[in-house]
Amino acid sequence: MLVWILFLLCQVGAPALAQDLCQRDAPNGYKVRISLKTALGEDAYEWNQSEMFFFQATMAFAMRRHFQMETYNVDNIILCVQTSRVSFWFVVTSPDNTTMLIPKADVEKAVRMSRHRINNAFLLSDRTLEFLGIYPTLAAPVNPDTPPWLIVFGVVIGAVCVGIIALLISSLLQKRRKEKGMTEDGQDEEDMQVKGVENGINLDGTYNRGFTDDDRFTKL
Amino acid sequence: MRFPKLPNLGLGDRIPSHQELERMEKEEAGDRPKWDNKTQYMLTCVGFCVGLGNVWRFPYLCQSHGGGAFMIPFLILLVLEGIPLLHLEFAIGQRLRSGSVGVWTAINPYLTGVGIASLLVSFLVGMYYNTIIAWVMWYFFNSFQNPLPWSQCPVNANLTDLVSECTRSSPVDYFWYRDTLNTSTSIGDSGGLQWWMVLCLLCAWLLLYVCCLRGIATTGKAVYVTSTLPYVVLTIFLIRGLTLKGSLDGIKFLFTPDLNELMNPSTWLDAGAQVFYSFSLAFGGLISFSSYNSVHNNCEQDAVIISIINGFTSVYSATVIYSIIGFRATERFDDCLEGNILALLNAFNLAEGSIKEGNYAESLQNLNGTFPETIQSLDLKTCDLQTFLSQGVEGTGLAFIVFTEAITKMPVSPLWSILFFIMLFCLGLSTMFGSIEGTVVPLQDLNIFPKRWPKEAITGIVCLVSFVIALIFAQSSGNYWLALFDSFAGSIPLLVIAFCEMIAVVYIYGIDRFNKDIEFMIGHKPNLFWQVTWRFVSPLIVLVIFVFYFVTKVSSNVTYIAWNPSSEDFPTLEVLEYPAWIYVIIFILAGVPSLVVPGTAIFKLIRRCCSNKNVYGAEVDTVSAKVQMFTTKMS
Repeated sequence: MLVWILFLLCQVGAPALAQDLCQRDAPNGYKVRISLKTALGEDAYEWNQSEMFFFQATMAFAMRRHFQMETYNVDNIILCVQTSRVSFWFVVTSPDNTTMLIPKADVEKAVRMSRHRINNAFLLSDRTLEFLGIYPTLAAPVNPDTPPWLIVFGVVIGAVCVGIIALLISSLLQKRRKEKGMTEDGQDEEDMQVKGVENGINLDGTYNRGFTDDDRFTKL
Repeated sequence: MRFPKLPNLGLGDRIPSHQELERMEKEEAGDRPKWDNKTQYMLTCVGFCVGLGNVWRFPYLCQSHGGGAFMIPFLILLVLEGIPLLHLEFAIGQRLRSGSVGVWTAINPYLTGVGIASLLVSFLVGMYYNTIIAWVMWYFFNSFQNPLPWSQCPVNANLTDLVSECTRSSPVDYFWYRDTLNTSTSIGDSGGLQWWMVLCLLCAWLLLYVCCLRGIATTGKAVYVTSTLPYVVLTIFLIRGLTLKGSLDGIKFLFTPDLNELMNPSTWLDAGAQVFYSFSLAFGGLISFSSYNSVHNNCEQDAVIISIINGFTSVYSATVIYSIIGFRATERFDDCLEGNILALLNAFNLAEGSIKEGNYAESLQNLNGTFPETIQSLDLKTCDLQTFLSQGVEGTGLAFIVFTEAITKMPVSPLWSILFFIMLFCLGLSTMFGSIEGTVVPLQDLNIFPKRWPKEAITGIVCLVSFVIALIFAQSSGNYWLALFDSFAGSIPLLVIAFCEMIAVVYIYGIDRFNKDIEFMIGHKPNLFWQVTWRFVSPLIVLVIFVFYFVTKVSSNVTYIAWNPSSEDFPTLEVLEYPAWIYVIIFILAGVPSLVVPGTAIFKLIRRCCSNKNVYGAEVDTVSAKVQMFTTKMS
C-alpha cells in the first residue's frame, strides 16, 4: 500500500518536480529563441508539440555526442515557459539521476559542438535559432596567398608599362625616320644649289662648274 | 567712343596680325600640334570641365541649399559668369595661338606672372587630384572580389570578436580610414608611407604619363573613352537606381525647392564658386587647348555648348547620385525599424509579425503605456527617413563611404562597384589631361628646359616630380594634407588669376581690339551680352566671390576634421586646429601663386631699370633672317 502511494506520488510528483527544475532564469538552464518567419518567410512551418519533441530529441543527441558514454534520452531534456515568440527555457537532467541537473558549462560545450547539426535540423541559422548566452563562433577569415587587389594592380601596371615602352619606341623610330628624310632633303637642296637656285643662306658662294667631277661624263 | 584701356606699347609687334594668321592657316605652317577633328577638341574640353566636382560637390550643394531652388542661382551664375569667362579663354587662346604664359606675355611682358601663376596652380592641383585618382584605383582594384571588403567588419587577431574600431563606426568607414588611408590622428603625426598607397599612386601617374606622352596626339585618342564612358555609366546607374526601393524619395528630396534659401547670401556665393571651379577656368589648360584650333573656329558656339553640357551633367549626376542615396537611406531606415521591432518582440515575447512597419507607432505607444520601464531599458533608436536622407555628404565621403555602402546593399555588388570606380577614374583622368597641359606647355614657353628636349621627356619629368612630391599624400596623414591643398591651392589663387585675366583682356589688350579679333575669327562682332558681361558683370562676380572667400578664410579659425578612434565622440570626426607651422604651408599654397602675378611684374621692372634695356623687343623680317632689334634708351 505504501509502495502504491509512493508510486502514485512519483507519477504525480515527477512532472511537478520537473517543473521545479525548469523555470524562467533557471541557474542551469538556457533560453532558446526561434525566429521562423525571419528565416523561412513564406515556407515557415508551424511550431507545435511535435517540433518541441524534435527539439528535445536533437538536444539529447547533442548531449550524447558530447558525453559519449552516457545515454541521454528525450525525457532528460525538460522544456518550460513557452511563448508565442517562439521562445522557451530548457534544462538537462542527468540520465542516472533525474533530479540532478547538468551544469550550464557542460550544456554549452555540447551545444557548441553540435551547433551546426542542430541548426540544420530546423532549417535555421545561428541568428534565427538563438541560445541566449552561447555566442556563435566567428568564421575564421579566409586569407588568400595574394590579395586579389594585387593581381588586378599587376595586370593594369603591366599593360601601362607596355604602352609606355611601345609609344616611346615608336616616337624614337619616327624621329629617326624624320632625320633620315631630312638628310635626303638636304642632298636635294645641294643639287638645287648646283642648278643655281638659292634657297636659304648660301654660305659657300656660287658653285663653279669648272671644278665638277667630270669622270662620270668622260671616259677615256 | 573707345572703351578706356591702359597704355600698352608694342602690342602689335608681339602678336601675329590677322594677315599673318590667315597665311599660317593656309600654309599650315609651324610645328604647332593640331586637333585631328572637332570632336576630339570638344571631348577634351568637356572632359576637362566635367570632373569629380560635378559628381560629388554639386549634388551636396543642391540638396543643402534648398534643392530645386538652387538651380536658380546656379543657372543665373552659369550664364553671367561661366559662359563669358569660358568664351574669353577660348577666344584669346585661339587668337594668340599660345599656352597661358605665351598669351599673357604677348599681351604685355609684365603680365607673365599670370601665366606663371596658372602654371603653379595647375601643378599643385594636379598633384593632389591625381592622388584622389590613386584612391579611386585602390577601390577599383579591391572591387574584384565577392563579398566586397568593405561590406563586413574583419575579425580581430585572436578570432574572438570583430575589430572594435569597425563595430563602433561601420565597415565602410573602417575600410576607408583604416584599410585604405591608415589615417593618423592629426596632421602633425605623419605615420610613414603606406606601401599600398605608394603603389596605387605610381600606377596613377604612370597611367597619366602614357596618356599624355605626346600631348594632344595621345590625349586626343584617350578622350574618346574617358569623356564618354562616365555618361554611359551614369545612365546605367540611373536605370538601376530607379528600380530600387526608395530611389524616388531621394530624387524628390534633392529637388524639393525651398525658396527661402534664395535669401541666404551664402547660397549665391556657393553657386558662384561652384560654377567657377566646375569650369576649370584659370588653369591655362583651356587656353592651350583652344590654341590648337584653326583660326576661324567658332569659339563662341563652343563656349555655349560646353557650358550647357557642363550644367546638364551636374544636374544629371545629381539625380543619379541621389537616387542611390535615397535607396541607401531607405535601407538604413528599414534596418533601423527592424532592429527596433525585433527588440520589442524579444523583450515582450510577442509572436513574429505581430508588429510591422505599419502598426509600429501605435504598438509602441500601447506598450509604452503599460510597461514604460522596459521600453526605457531597451534604448530604442529613433528612425527618421529625412535624417538619413539629409546625411548630406560631399567629396571623398560621398564616393568612398556613402556610395560604397549603398553598393554593398545592391545585388551583384562587385559589378556596380567596378562600374562606379571606372566612372570616377575617367572623370578624374580627363581633368588631369587639362592640368598636365596647363603645366607642361608653360614650362616649354618659359624655356625652362632646352628646346631640343622632346615633349615626352618634359612630360616625364613633370610626372616624376609630381609623383615624388605627392608621396606626402601617401603617408598616414595624407588625407589631411590633401584637404589642406584642396582648400587653399585650388581656391584663392584661381580667383585671383581669373580676375587678372579679365582685366588683362578688357583693359590692357583692349576690348575694342578683342572685339575686332573675334569678328575676324568667327565672322560677327560679339553682341551686347558679351560686352556687358566681359566688361563689368563677370569681373564683379569673381571679385565678390574672392573677397568673401578671403575674408572668411582669414577671419575664421582654420580647422580640420580628423579620425580619432580614442576621441569621445567617435565615430564623429574630431575638429582640430592646425599647428602653427601649417600656416607657412598655407602661405606657400595660396600666397605664392597669387603673389607671383605682381611679383613677376616688379621683377621685370627692376631688371629693366637695372640693365637700361627696353624689354619691348621687336622682331623684324629681313631677307635672310629674323633680326632681333632692341631699342636702347639713353638715360
